[in-house]
Amino acid sequence: MISEDDAADAALLADLRGVLGDRARDNDFERGLYSRDGSIEGSPPAIVCLPESAAEVARIVRVCRRHSRPFLARGSGTGLAGGAVPVGRPVVIATAKMDRIIEVDIDNRVAWVEPGVLNLDLSRALTPQGFHFAPDPSSQQVCSIGGNIANNSGGPHCLAYGVTTAHIAALEVVLPSGDTAILGGVEAEPAGFDLRGLFVGSEGTMGIATKAAVRLTPNAPAVRTLLLDFDDVSEGSAAVSAIIAAGLVPSALEMMDKRAIEIVEAFAHAGYPTGAAAVLLVELDGLPGGVDAGVEIVREVALKHHVGHVRVAADDEERALLWKGRKNAFGAVARIKPDYYLHDTVVPRSKLTEVLEKVYRIADAYGLIAVNVFHAGDGNLHPILAFDRREPGVDERVKAAGRDIVAASIEAGGVLSGEHGIGLEKRDYMGMLFSAHDMYTQDVVRETFDPDGLANPLKIIPTGSRCSDSFHQHVPEGAWV
Amino acid sequence: MSSQPSSAGSPPAAASTGSADTGASLAANIAAEVTAFAGEVGISDPVTVVGAQTHWDVGGVPLAGTREVRSPAGVWEHEPSEMTVRCGAGTTVAQLAAHLAQTGQMVPLDPADDAATVGGVLACGFSGHRRLRYGHVRDLVLQTRHVDATGKVVTAGGPTVKNVSGYDLARLLVGSLGTLGLLAEVILRTLPVPPAAQWLEGDGDPFVALDLLYRPSSILWNGSHAWILLEGDAADVAAETAKVEPLGFCVTNGGPPIPAAGRESMRPSDLRALAGRPGGWIAEVGIGLVHRHEPVPAAPVAPANAVLMDQLKQRLDPDNRLNPGRRAW
Repeated sequence: MISEDDAADAALLADLRGVLGDRARDNDFERGLYSRDGSIEGSPPAIVCLPESAAEVARIVRVCRRHSRPFLARGSGTGLAGGAVPVGRPVVIATAKMDRIIEVDIDNRVAWVEPGVLNLDLSRALTPQGFHFAPDPSSQQVCSIGGNIANNSGGPHCLAYGVTTAHIAALEVVLPSGDTAILGGVEAEPAGFDLRGLFVGSEGTMGIATKAAVRLTPNAPAVRTLLLDFDDVSEGSAAVSAIIAAGLVPSALEMMDKRAIEIVEAFAHAGYPTGAAAVLLVELDGLPGGVDAGVEIVREVALKHHVGHVRVAADDEERALLWKGRKNAFGAVARIKPDYYLHDTVVPRSKLTEVLEKVYRIADAYGLIAVNVFHAGDGNLHPILAFDRREPGVDERVKAAGRDIVAASIEAGGVLSGEHGIGLEKRDYMGMLFSAHDMYTQDVVRETFDPDGLANPLKIIPTGSRCSDSFHQHVPEGAWV
Repeated sequence: MSSQPSSAGSPPAAASTGSADTGASLAANIAAEVTAFAGEVGISDPVTVVGAQTHWDVGGVPLAGTREVRSPAGVWEHEPSEMTVRCGAGTTVAQLAAHLAQTGQMVPLDPADDAATVGGVLACGFSGHRRLRYGHVRDLVLQTRHVDATGKVVTAGGPTVKNVSGYDLARLLVGSLGTLGLLAEVILRTLPVPPAAQWLEGDGDPFVALDLLYRPSSILWNGSHAWILLEGDAADVAAETAKVEPLGFCVTNGGPPIPAAGRESMRPSDLRALAGRPGGWIAEVGIGLVHRHEPVPAAPVAPANAVLMDQLKQRLDPDNRLNPGRRAW
């Protein structure tokens, strides 16, 4: 017997096949692949589409409109807040086949790229001309530019260079109406409201980016990377604030706690000091004079805060090794527990010590293990709660601990997310940061783009309907944050 | 500059560089100022917010009879190690700069006239002449509080240097000329004042200089003569200077006066074609902005964008009471 839903799906598939042929798929295997992102398990989408052009994306969106069917774009699926998790049996529009670097325009310091281009591939392609794309999420080997735009992604080097929005000059987007528009521009001051700025970070709820003019950042002539270790987490945190207060803006300033150091060292063999309570990974870039002066300032500040050792990477090989430890830290967590729940909040730098202590206390109270590897320079915490989902009742404890950590961060003057976005995971926490009227206003703005609520619905802004999923996450080894 | 609170005629605000003693009362005072401003904006009648009126006619002047209000002024919180500053939108850029200079920091808003208010600069969305190095002014904004057409206060963004919580309404407000909401308070990202700064000038090719230099702060050009601002470590500034001296640039005391009547926007690559154009203009090389002595009509907006902008305005201010007579496009 054919249900109404199945009949609707079949009609939708027939129309999408008319656009895409066999690149519109409804087999269980592929639908299963697209039922989740880097975070939570959702339900499978009705159909997976693999367009190869902006024109195809526009036609898919029009078909979805005709069928009143929600749709959502998906890049590499590395998101950690459930932004690409299907809700309401939608059509998933995967951008993997739209992966061309269309033009590198050095004169205007932009590259026009399709959304499926991978972040690191772009920077590698720009290397011969001496440029790179500045946002560098830890997942940069596999995450896509489209995903970076949707989430306004950050990364270790955003401390000095800013997050994705500062690096997007213009976007070609397919609006939820099915029309195509260019938001922003390569010219100095595009006229009118900054629709580009509004679109970046809107997690696919205002349409689908089909092309982007990304800004090119010149590669720094000099780079120095330092590893500092401390016997006391609070000394390490205080050193972070002191480095910034001394007038330095390092290109990256990362911190790892004792457990993280041990896990990473066992995995990467980077020579991290396993006895230390905390390490800071500090990177300075720019012209050689400023970089050398900066190294000395960091050294002085570190000595005042009772640093154990100051290790300055001697060459690119040693730098790469130090970063290998940092960028692969999360995959290594499986060494202590099979599962983990990963957080992303931001607090003022001066509150790092206080909030870290709370994170440990919260984890203890719920019988979980907290591991911290994070972007200390901008106060962006990434506490990991490691657990074994086979333990009875652990899901509820993990979820409760997560909420407590978010609450502690907001209480310290922080925000819900530094770089992962809101998605589904934090949607219902928005009220901790924003008033009902703030959220109403955001929703009015969203609705301007998507009055029918078909573009990645039920994300970001809390609604009356709550997803009954518990947000425990099983992040596979090799996930990045 | 003394360490006195830089508050302009607004009673209770206290500047708190480095001090956290009166956190709760400070927060209450700020909230009271913002609430008072919301009360002034009210819930009916056309209303316009007045800053220093240095760019009063951008996008058109408010209709006759429009009630005038002023945003709160004062530098409210500045924590150098957080690299953030919180101030009333009515604070002048000069006031803000003087306050931050006490701890060696800055916010590179760089308006032509530093009597301009922070809110005015952001409402216009006009970046200064150092955009080449420091980016667009919108990227200096971390959090905004604005009063909307219903007289309510709306917070967007967040107080930390990094944040992706919710829709980025703060960016929507920058450049909206106060037609979607009236800025009451902002939190901005600060930067350290660079240890050295040096202007160069000469008849060399500014486009070649742009390719040679690593992140210069500004390259200005009038079609035949160019000025370059280098900032950073003193040794680096000297080394970078040496790189462009052979092109025909030498050390000078400052940049050129920048015309403020009109801004013509183009792609950076289009600037080259301006060589020989008369009119005393100054162009920002690498950015594509031409500052002119005469007003420049706003560039047209594509129909699909105009529809979205009209609908945003319609939804957020259905009675057209916020800055009637002004249009951001």
